Amino acid sequence: MATFRQQVEATIPALRRYARALTRDADTADDLVQDTLVRALRSEHLFHGGELRSWLYTILTNLNRNRLRSLARRPPLSSIEDNDAPDLAGPEAGGRDIARALATLVDEQRDALLLVVLEGLTYREVAEVQGVPIGTVMSRLARARAQIKSYLDGERPALRRVK
Amino acid sequence: MTEPHSPARDDELHAFVDGELPADRREAVTAWLAENPEQAALVAAWQAQAEAIRLHYGAVAEEPVPARLSIDALMRGGGGRRRWWTLAAAAVLAAFLVGGGTGWMARGATAAAPSASGSITADALEAHQLYVVEVRHPVEVPGSERDHMTAWLSKRLGYAQQIPDLHGLGLKLVGGRLLPGPTGAAAMYMYEGPSGERFTLYCARTTTPESALRFREGNRYAAVTWVSDKAAYVVSGPAERARLEQVSKAIYDQVDKDDWKKS
Repeated sequence: MATFRQQVEATIPALRRYARALTRDADTADDLVQDTLVRALRSEHLFHGGELRSWLYTILTNLNRNRLRSLARRPPLSSIEDNDAPDLAGPEAGGRDIARALATLVDEQRDALLLVVLEGLTYREVAEVQGVPIGTVMSRLARARAQIKSYLDGERPALRRVK
Repeated sequence: MTEPHSPARDDELHAFVDGELPADRREAVTAWLAENPEQAALVAAWQAQAEAIRLHYGAVAEEPVPARLSIDALMRGGGGRRRWWTLAAAAVLAAFLVGGGTGWMARGATAAAPSASGSITADALEAHQLYVVEVRHPVEVPGSERDHMTAWLSKRLGYAQQIPDLHGLGLKLVGGRLLPGPTGAAAMYMYEGPSGERFTLYCARTTTPESALRFREGNRYAAVTWVSDKAAYVVSGPAERARLEQVSKAIYDQVDKDDWKKS
């Protein structure tokens, strides 16, 4: 049976992936992961079994929420497009579109969609991470998908340019 | 589509895409989709979104993990460079010294969640730090337009604002501005003393339980926070405790009156 630390370590690649999709910036994403790990290791004594992976996703999701809140107070904002270049995984323009579409989502909807689609969490696990009933997770997913579809179909909201 | 007994409801279609349906429903939905091209197209679009997300970010998990994220490094208490980390940590982990000794603990609810009010304090201090150094544009609405500002910010925050008068302490109202708060809008009012020292009052709605006045000191600035009747108040100023307590008490006395109850 793997130790707590080994289990945490095994989750790092997935946490980095989730954080990258949330922040769309490699450095910011790794800062988030680092902070998540520090907290998890420090709180080992608080972890009484259960799903370690969900717990780590919960910490990361909450830290990102804090980060976005403090960013909201720190003008000037850079445009969303400026952050795209460094996190482009390949030359494909489609990827950039999906990244931009994700950026238009309400935070909770983006969190839910990424946890399900990218991280493969079950609805029940996402409900646990977000601290809401499964029905709420499902409606967040539905809204996220509808929003991304309308974004990709060309109904791009007018607030994209922040500069 | 949304009738309870229709062959496939919207939530079932999502569950279908996410592999959350039991096998028998999965087959039924597959068959149903074959005869309903419109819904089938929707499902295909959702699947394509998921695929695009995995294609775009999936490779991150294959990258080598940077040294600063190794468990060993983190256990040594090291960890490399962080940018916003310190700030986030301060927001969440800040330990609060409840203002003791002065006998002005007006509220008994000391069991308030420290992290929530701590993060409001951090938000307020950050705004304070950002705006008090402004020479030309410290506020959006000048103090001379107090009535207009009261009406505007009461409307935006959704509860009546009463802007404290601190002339008795030698503080003149510079003005105020609207800020994003934890659950919507927040307001910040700025005051200035005779030697140019500035204090700010940050107000926002909160779901945090009522709390006593809490004092928190940073390097250059300090803050006093309390929560009363679903509203949080943070008074920030130079890190000089006696003066800050004096200003906070004056504000507390003015905003805690019955005529400033939320509608």
